[in-house]
Amino acid sequence: MHTEPLDGRIRRDVRVEGVVQGVGFRPFVYGLATRLGLAGRVGNDAGGVFVEIEGASADVHAFLAALERDAPPLAEIERVTVRAGEPGGAGGFTIVDSDGSGPRRALVSPDGATCGDCLAELADPADRRFGYPFINCTNCGPRFTIVRDVPYDRPNTTMAAFPMCPACAAEYGDPADRRFHAQPISCWDCGPRLRLVDAHGAELPGDPVREAAALLRGSGVLAIKGLGGYHLAVRADDEAAASTLRARKHREDKPFAVMVPDVETAAALCEVDETAAASLTGRARPIVLLPRRDAPSVAPSVAPGNRRLGLMLPYTPVHLLLLAELAVPIVLTSGNVSDEPIAYDDADALGRLSGIADAFLVHDRPIHIRTDDSVVRPFLGGESVLRRSRGHVPDPVRLGPPARRPILACGAELKNTFCLVKGRHAFVSHHIGDLENYETMRSFVTGIDHFTKLFDVRPELVAHDLHPEYLSTKHALAMTGVELTGVQHHHAHIASCLADNGEAGPVLGVAFDGLGYGADGTIWGGEFLLADLVSFERLGHLAPVPMPGGTAAIRQPWRMAAAYLDAAYGGRPPQGLDVVRRNQATWADVLTIGRAGLNSPATSSAGRLFDAVSAVLGLRDTITYEGQAAVDLEQRADPAERGAYRAAISGGRPLLVAGADLVRAAAEDVLAGVEPGVVAARFHNGTADVIVRTCEILRDSSGVSAVALSGGVFQNLLLLGRTVGGLNASGFRVLTHVRVPPNDGGISVGQAAVAAARDRLPATGDG
Amino acid sequence: LAHGAGGKATHTLIEGVFLEAFRNPLLEPLEDGAVIDEMAFTTDSFVVTPLFFPGGDIGDLAVNGTVNDLAMCGARPRYLSAGFILEEGFPIAHLRRIAASMATAAQAAGVQIVTGDTKVVERGKADGCYVVTAGVGTLDRPTRLSAAAARPGDAVIVSGPIGEHGITIMLARGELDIQADLTSDTAPLNELTARLLDACDDGEVRCLRDATRGGVATVLNEIAEASKAAIVVNEDIIPVRPDVRGACELLGIDPLYVACEGRMVAIVSQASAETALTALHSHPLGHEAAVVGRVNDDPPGLVLLKTAFGGTRIVDLLVGDPLPRIC
Ligand SMILES: [Fe+3]
Ligand SMILES: [Mg+2]
Ligand SMILES: [Zn+2]
Ligand SMILES: [Zn+2]
Repeated sequence: MHTEPLDGRIRRDVRVEGVVQGVGFRPFVYGLATRLGLAGRVGNDAGGVFVEIEGASADVHAFLAALERDAPPLAEIERVTVRAGEPGGAGGFTIVDSDGSGPRRALVSPDGATCGDCLAELADPADRRFGYPFINCTNCGPRFTIVRDVPYDRPNTTMAAFPMCPACAAEYGDPADRRFHAQPISCWDCGPRLRLVDAHGAELPGDPVREAAALLRGSGVLAIKGLGGYHLAVRADDEAAASTLRARKHREDKPFAVMVPDVETAAALCEVDETAAASLTGRARPIVLLPRRDAPSVAPSVAPGNRRLGLMLPYTPVHLLLLAELAVPIVLTSGNVSDEPIAYDDADALGRLSGIADAFLVHDRPIHIRTDDSVVRPFLGGESVLRRSRGHVPDPVRLGPPARRPILACGAELKNTFCLVKGRHAFVSHHIGDLENYETMRSFVTGIDHFTKLFDVRPELVAHDLHPEYLSTKHALAMTGVELTGVQHHHAHIASCLADNGEAGPVLGVAFDGLGYGADGTIWGGEFLLADLVSFERLGHLAPVPMPGGTAAIRQPWRMAAAYLDAAYGGRPPQGLDVVRRNQATWADVLTIGRAGLNSPATSSAGRLFDAVSAVLGLRDTITYEGQAAVDLEQRADPAERGAYRAAISGGRPLLVAGADLVRAAAEDVLAGVEPGVVAARFHNGTADVIVRTCEILRDSSGVSAVALSGGVFQNLLLLGRTVGGLNASGFRVLTHVRVPPNDGGISVGQAAVAAARDRLPATGDG
Repeated sequence: LAHGAGGKATHTLIEGVFLEAFRNPLLEPLEDGAVIDEMAFTTDSFVVTPLFFPGGDIGDLAVNGTVNDLAMCGARPRYLSAGFILEEGFPIAHLRRIAASMATAAQAAGVQIVTGDTKVVERGKADGCYVVTAGVGTLDRPTRLSAAAARPGDAVIVSGPIGEHGITIMLARGELDIQADLTSDTAPLNELTARLLDACDDGEVRCLRDATRGGVATVLNEIAEASKAAIVVNEDIIPVRPDVRGACELLGIDPLYVACEGRMVAIVSQASAETALTALHSHPLGHEAAVVGRVNDDPPGLVLLKTAFGGTRIVDLLVGDPLPRIC
């Protein structure tokens, strides 16, 4: 026990853990300590921030009280530990250099949009960074995308190649400055340089921003190097340019995102309420999916036939300068061809995009980690994340009870993310993509490596999907010296929803998605599970139908119409259905393939049910991107229509939901000449209705009255809204996704939560 | 069932059970046949439904299969044995027909069937008829071929259009009423391999593999893994007949994974690629041979497909029957 000296002078050694590096924490501590007249020092190490503080007892206590209370806005304090020490009689307060030794616990923060102070300087002709395309400070700028290693210090970032000029060095070293220890600090004299180059990499004359704007005005395609990768841009109101971009990218229908100069412009294009405005202007600056107005300033090819538009605001000084110069919205889509991952390496980008872009707006600060834009949308008065990437990563998702051992969860095959767990922190990766693509698979492998280094996690437990052909599964199974745990796909979906809501279950989990490998080796995707974080029981599902031709049935939704109509009518569909006529040439063969089970796995997928109805309605027989048929069906549905088709529920354990009933009802309405918008709505309403009724039966048998909704199909806002409404009206407590995507991007989080929960179980066996 | 599909499950079975039990230096490389002194030795068993199909039957399949396995070792096939497992009541006329086509196939390949065996099992077993063949061949050249011999820079050659046998069999089951003008590609490849090996200098042909179960994709994976090299092939240049492509599209099957019974993959040094191609083109079975890709050093063990849009897709060894992975 310490006895305090008579003069009341005491010393405390303080350790602060969490997101405390690169967020202005040390200057904050410096300011606080010097204001209180305290002596000591503060520094970063691999564990976070350490403070040694001494002075009058009352002042030290005031310091400790303010430390958490007044911390900088971007800091996320996980834990503060205080130890008493012997005062050494030190005078003054100093900031010490980083110490790269010791265990790594410091959290790297996500990239952040240019802050208000930097914006003001950017626009101020008197400021020395007036118009400087790489302005940033401790409150904003690149972070995750430039960090090579921890601790987060300039030599460990891609800024290492830019020695600071005296003026920047002075700001960097001045505890009173907003840029004190801002690692990416730079200026016109010492920092990265913006250049406009042609498709061969040769620099073009003139001011790069002005010339780039001129190129866009003249209907050109511009590649722009952003924070996490290259984008391709054209003027959003330029139909010729937008369709040229589509043709060159081989992207047929999938909507483009649009960057607008400001919220006012956003509000002219879309309905922007307070929630939407908050998402648009937030530090993460995601793409926000919003209900579209009838605005002529967006060309038809930007988001063909879509009722929603993805908008974002400029998030780097380069974007800000360009949009200010141009003053009109631009299409800003990932810099790639078709399904390739977004280009981020300079040489690679020039090579891959030279056939697409007429010029490149580039700079010489390397991107270390490819990071796509995040995608969110407003839902139920809040923000719900569909793709969690730039601006969010690597902020951890916080698990309830801590994991016993470090965990790696390998995620799904499509929209892959992986997840590393250490204690209560689930570090979900940036959006990796579709693993079948070699580049993507490589970033999966190197990404895992980077994260294990960054967060000092050596996984001992590895969670994976059950699908034997997922490359993420194969990656897990090939690992040695680790314990493996397989997590069924839809169990992972439900667990991800539980983790997102900080709950452990049990819950009735409704997992509706495209497909996932079932515990019985068939393809699931319309599932009612009684689940907690450890295990699940399949209490109900859509009655299976064949997928005629497997993957071909996914690319050609009309095949699912054939399979469902076959199930609904026992081989004698009514005369006159247009979907049959349109596909007459191969209709019979496809039916035969399905009936004979030739490469036609049985599936209970809800996504395939939506596909079938979309084709029956004549909306889409073939798709060019995932989920397109279902998206069209949702867009077409008349929100005012309240009628609902009725699907039978039969069987016991598990319950069987007759999706074919819904298809039959839709087909009959189509034949009766009912308007497609009404049919689409009645189908949505009917699906929501049968979900609610199934949950009611399961509530009676299980006693569980909380429902978790997960899976990619619940990205459908009409279905989600109707289902949540129906469940609430029936007295259920409903969990939906907020920060973790409901689609396969959330699978890794679910796998991690399940693995952690299983690992907490007392060891089985004797004893 | 997955254990017989020629993918990873088959490999697991072979490595986990048979290699484990029989382990010896001759078996270990798991090539198409074993090379003993100046001889190559191989065996194969044949189960196919239907037994008779356009372009062939289980008889010539059994002869050609074993002939080809010997040819893939660089050997001249000489003598074959034939074993039959017959279901009680199997029509003797059918058996005659099978025997006749075996005789014709043997003559075409220049081999003699010199020993055999027959067993009859109860009704309901053996799907009518199973055939087991074994064969020996002589190694007249010093060349030793191996799946482990592919080197960065080597050319990857496919001897002709792929997937005809597998698709023909699927269609011959009669469930589909697709009008396709397709016959099995079953054929003896020993003359073709002899021309190829004669044309190229010693050691320039690294490896030969007939693309049977699991198709070209599986063979390429075996070579990539054994050679610890990457194989990069171009989707656009891989020869596939329109009828095969059409049927594959209808069935949702990737032709790269469909079985052939008269097509091979040859890995040949870059310097000899032209010579090899000329030699192959000079034989009717190699008319449409094409260089479809290259061997690279990175990423070792992987087969990559350059797609029409310039993307690069991983062509993996399937664990079992193909199941959709996409949403
Ligand atoms: Fe899923
Ligand atoms: Mg064989
Ligand atoms: Zn700032
Ligand atoms: Zn400077």
